[in-house]
Amino acid sequence: MANVFAFVESRGGDLRKVGLEATTAARMLADASGGGEVHALVLGPPGIAGKAAQIGQHGADVVIVVEHPDLANYNPEVATAVAADRIKSGGYRAVVFSTSAQGRDIAPRVAARLGVSLVTDVLSFEVEGEAIVVTHPVNIGKVIATLAISGKPAVIAMRPNVISPAQNAKAGRVESIQPPMDPKSTRVVVKETKQGAGGKLDLAEAPVVIAGGRGLKAAENFNLVEDLAAAFGNAAVGATRAVTDDGWRPHSDQIGQTGRLVSPELYIAVGISGAVQHLAGMRTSRTIVAVNKDKDAPIFKVADYGIVGDVFEIIPALTEAVRQAKKHH
Amino acid sequence: MKIAVCVKRVADMDVRFKISGDGTSLDEAGLKFDINDFDAWAVEAALQLKEKAGAGEVTVISLGADVVQETIRKGLSMGADKGVHLKADRVPFDGLVIAQALAAELKTGGYDLILFGKISPDSSNGVVGPMVAELLGLPCVTAISSLTIDGGRGTAKRELEGAQEMVEFPLPAVLTVDEGLNTARYPSLKGIMAAKKKPLEVKPAVLPTPQVTVRKLELPPDRKAGRIVGEGAAAVPELIRLLQTEAKVL
Repeated sequence: MANVFAFVESRGGDLRKVGLEATTAARMLADASGGGEVHALVLGPPGIAGKAAQIGQHGADVVIVVEHPDLANYNPEVATAVAADRIKSGGYRAVVFSTSAQGRDIAPRVAARLGVSLVTDVLSFEVEGEAIVVTHPVNIGKVIATLAISGKPAVIAMRPNVISPAQNAKAGRVESIQPPMDPKSTRVVVKETKQGAGGKLDLAEAPVVIAGGRGLKAAENFNLVEDLAAAFGNAAVGATRAVTDDGWRPHSDQIGQTGRLVSPELYIAVGISGAVQHLAGMRTSRTIVAVNKDKDAPIFKVADYGIVGDVFEIIPALTEAVRQAKKHH
Repeated sequence: MKIAVCVKRVADMDVRFKISGDGTSLDEAGLKFDINDFDAWAVEAALQLKEKAGAGEVTVISLGADVVQETIRKGLSMGADKGVHLKADRVPFDGLVIAQALAAELKTGGYDLILFGKISPDSSNGVVGPMVAELLGLPCVTAISSLTIDGGRGTAKRELEGAQEMVEFPLPAVLTVDEGLNTARYPSLKGIMAAKKKPLEVKPAVLPTPQVTVRKLELPPDRKAGRIVGEGAAAVPELIRLLQTEAKVL
């Protein structure tokens, strides 16, 4: 029997979808290594314990809850200490994090404290005797590496959206513990978490992503993209590097090699030529639609469906058509 | 202020990569290499801090074969003061091994700040900076897009998914740099000439046994060639039909 540990990401007292994906991934790993238990850790402000049942339903047998008024913001040192202490004493076969801003921050700290290695941005995994074998994109996704992890525990961070959070009927046992130090006394302190204007749906988690490029000609024309996203109702808005470099959109909206990686069910590229650096961030999307005036634009080589023409004419028509289609559903 | 910047030599990604005959490494023939963009922004951040303070020393460190000395010289030509080359046959994939080799060098350096790029596009793992911080027991802030240092304390902004964190930390600290922090300067001709005379110390890297090994590398299957549905707004109804019936995403 081999138990697996999952780190469940939260923000402002809410669980993040990637946290439930990590829990389900841990469940799959535990089942594949002979049916051990999944122990999931969540930290947050008072009220976070109320989310434990949801974590249990996504595959955790034990939910370890650290509730503290000063954990409304992420505290890397408290989270690292709690996770590392628990993993050290728990004898886990594997540990699962998320490849998110928070996961990328905490997972390497925990792994280094345990003296084991870490593979992030994991696309798939299997248990193979003593090793856990994973796939991981290298060279901006142009090459896929198959890696064998021999560390005990093997620590991985899943790419968002590759695991569907699966629910079962169990609720999981809840174990409440106190933080090992006062969150106010840590060296690194997050003073504030500012929620962006982009609404609740994050680029990495949205089922639909609408991205705009230079073809939109001016910052204010992004309202066309915003309107199309609103018509879908489940869409987030992104941009190319050219657009964020020009200050039309914040850097955090940039999809590409140096920005965000997205793999939604549907990706719509509006006025985007398809530079290599942009394709690196979105080429694993399930369905890609491109609208561009240049029929030779490289984006059409990766797009499943393309429309050639003026975005200022096509996008409002598409927005209206999506609105109608959603209405009739 | 004494600042170390750890940099990596990476291939230009704007090519079609080829896998070597062994199936576990890339064929490097014809590839162009330069300093990782994120690492160049880290060097720029270090230079700006030194210039603002009016004094200090910036050391550029890189691990790898002799070719990484070009990458170190790039940092020196931008304005860094000296270089350290941790010599190894190649850069392993395992980030812990890299972090352990770097930490062994960094721990006696007396640095106020140790800077990294947040990730390199080749291995795309992004773990070395915070692992070094942990191994050295130093405070760490990752993926910063703004930075102020004042009186032994720092304030940084981190980009999250759809949000930002404002973070405070004491020095010495380890920081990893995201896009948006600055624009890296180009080396001037004078800088390139001066870099040739700057000290570059070569030491053997101590690389522990890796826990992650590359089984194989593969090129992902190409996306199936798509189709142009039509031209102009007249093509919208057909696109909607395809999204509903074929792609089933609407």
